[in-house]
Amino acid sequence: MVETLFKPGHTACAGCGQAIAARLVIDTAGKNTMIANNTGCLEVFSTKYPESSWGVPWIHSLFENCSAVASGIEAGLKYLGKKDSINVIAQAGDGGTADIGLQAISGMFERGHDVLYVCYDNEAYMNTGIQRSGLTPTLSNTTTSPSGSASIGNPRPKKPMPEIAAAHGIPYVATASTGYPQDIQRKVKKALSIKGPKYLQIHVPCPLGWRHESNLTFDVAKLAVETGLYPLFEYENGKLIPRKIAVIKPVEEYLKVQGRFKHLMKNPEAIKEMQAIADANIAKYNLRPEV
Amino acid sequence: MRQFVEGSHAVAEIVKRCRPGVISAYPITPQTHIVEDLASMVANKELNAQFVNVESEHSAASVVLGGEATGVRSYTATSSQGLLLMAEVVFNIAGLRLPLVMTTANRAVSAPINIWNDQQDVMTVRDSGWVLLFAETNQEAVDLHVQAYKLAEDKRVMLPVMVNMDGFILTHGMEVLDMPSQEEVDKFLPPYTTKYKLDVDNPLTMGYLADPDYYLEIRYMVQDTHKQLLDIIPQVAADFKKAFKRGEGNGLVEGYKLEDADQVFVAMGSVCGSIRDVVDDLRAKGKKAGLLKVISYRPFPKDLVAGALAKAKEVAVVDKSISLGAFGPLYTDVMASVSSLGAKMPKMSGFVLGLGGRDITKKSIMDTYERLSGKQVDCEFIGLKKELLVEDKLNG
Repeated sequence: MVETLFKPGHTACAGCGQAIAARLVIDTAGKNTMIANNTGCLEVFSTKYPESSWGVPWIHSLFENCSAVASGIEAGLKYLGKKDSINVIAQAGDGGTADIGLQAISGMFERGHDVLYVCYDNEAYMNTGIQRSGLTPTLSNTTTSPSGSASIGNPRPKKPMPEIAAAHGIPYVATASTGYPQDIQRKVKKALSIKGPKYLQIHVPCPLGWRHESNLTFDVAKLAVETGLYPLFEYENGKLIPRKIAVIKPVEEYLKVQGRFKHLMKNPEAIKEMQAIADANIAKYNLRPEV
Repeated sequence: MRQFVEGSHAVAEIVKRCRPGVISAYPITPQTHIVEDLASMVANKELNAQFVNVESEHSAASVVLGGEATGVRSYTATSSQGLLLMAEVVFNIAGLRLPLVMTTANRAVSAPINIWNDQQDVMTVRDSGWVLLFAETNQEAVDLHVQAYKLAEDKRVMLPVMVNMDGFILTHGMEVLDMPSQEEVDKFLPPYTTKYKLDVDNPLTMGYLADPDYYLEIRYMVQDTHKQLLDIIPQVAADFKKAFKRGEGNGLVEGYKLEDADQVFVAMGSVCGSIRDVVDDLRAKGKKAGLLKVISYRPFPKDLVAGALAKAKEVAVVDKSISLGAFGPLYTDVMASVSSLGAKMPKMSGFVLGLGGRDITKKSIMDTYERLSGKQVDCEFIGLKKELLVEDKLNG
């Protein structure tokens, strides 16, 4: 069996993109790491008493405070003179990050704590049953932004969390995707080599919430990136470093494999709107390969 | 060393001598002088600690939660709305069995906004699992902080302790008090060590999800620890008395002219000082009045309270907060305690005084005394201005 700090036997759903990403993150960070975890799927499926998947010191407090708990852990380690040898990671889902946890994360960034924050972005409140969050994409059908005779799903775009993080002037911000495991490993390694607050947002497919086949997790994740709907990039000291898309695909290829976008398939205007979002991303983050 | 000092400065001085390694706070009146002093001590290397300025009380409590989780003694202070914003974390800290110490500068709760003293804030976290201690004087506030860390970190306890001191009345009041030396505190309070902490050499998971098969027992264990605290608090209070040559009662309650008292006041915090004066006045007139001061509100020493009131004829419970729609919280607890006395139960009356900083004068305390012989009351407000209780006729 492969040696891992995120042990099997947890209760994540088949094909859970978050479980895959979380294992990649902690195995890259290594055993000299402490984690503060917000409430959410990851916490629930990995630490049901009396069992735990975690091979590193791990604490869960509440839904919105992992940034502040991690700040306190960092302060405690500094007091003990141990901070230089130990990584501190705060991690949460998209709701715990961009909505209810936003104030605490902003405080942690502003104070300059040496903490890597990882947001596992499955684009809705999956733990409570697929309710809309601030990171739910445009026109997605969730249980609280349903499509109906007077609605075509979530009316608002994703909150620009990486830009919000970058606006704090922190040294490293990046997006990543379950579809690109080595890219996650590289970005975690890079983030942990930098002192100060870091923000990593990983796109993690949720077969149950996105309503795709559980064996399609990697394909769906890759399609989000290849269409430009989930741009991969880094801000290193504010400087944009894009991950170029080799062959750009039309958004339908990503949308059509997911039940949450099924209602758009007979709506050419909606598809056009989604394509415009992808095109804007491609332009904004300079994702088109150089010829 | 004897000093003439403001309550907040005294608290900061004693917290410094308790050597916390992580301090985090968010400013709120009337807590500010405490944390300003501590920040200055850290800035001047008088105290070796990490002082973390945060963006809310929710984060202040979360930061010290994280600090305690690394096995480092930590400290925070708050008041009123700050405590309410912390409430979620306050419950969490007790559930995680982290031995934090916090000072609450007791203050009224909005709306209407009011920065003055009562004890409503702490009552919102009454059921959180924290040990809740109340100081009558600044000397007692100083002494309770040292005992608070000793209690919290006791391996039989491992629960957070809150020292309550009345906002402004104590926090901004000047008093001559005896400040323990660093050596004395060090001798009484050894460095904190625990095996239940975040440690890369012994990776523990903290803050599990507990399903219905486990939750009940985990909550019961907190309740059981509170039961044991009824023995542990007097032990720690006795040790303190031995080491520092002073102390209040047995750490749980303190009686004043109680032995032969027919009429007994029951109260918590600084109001006890005024009640002592009233008791003296009444005694001078030949009336057998007395005071039962509750120091430990959680755990609530029900047997001691019942025992202390068993010989009384009439009892006045003085609350500085109210469970709106019911009674004063202290009244409820005292009533539950004296119910064990059966037919010997004294005539019990409940009074609410001093909300939002309304002065509690000797006259208002005498008002409660005079009502004891009349119709029995369970939640009587004292000092109401009747003319303010009519709706605005101009807009009617």
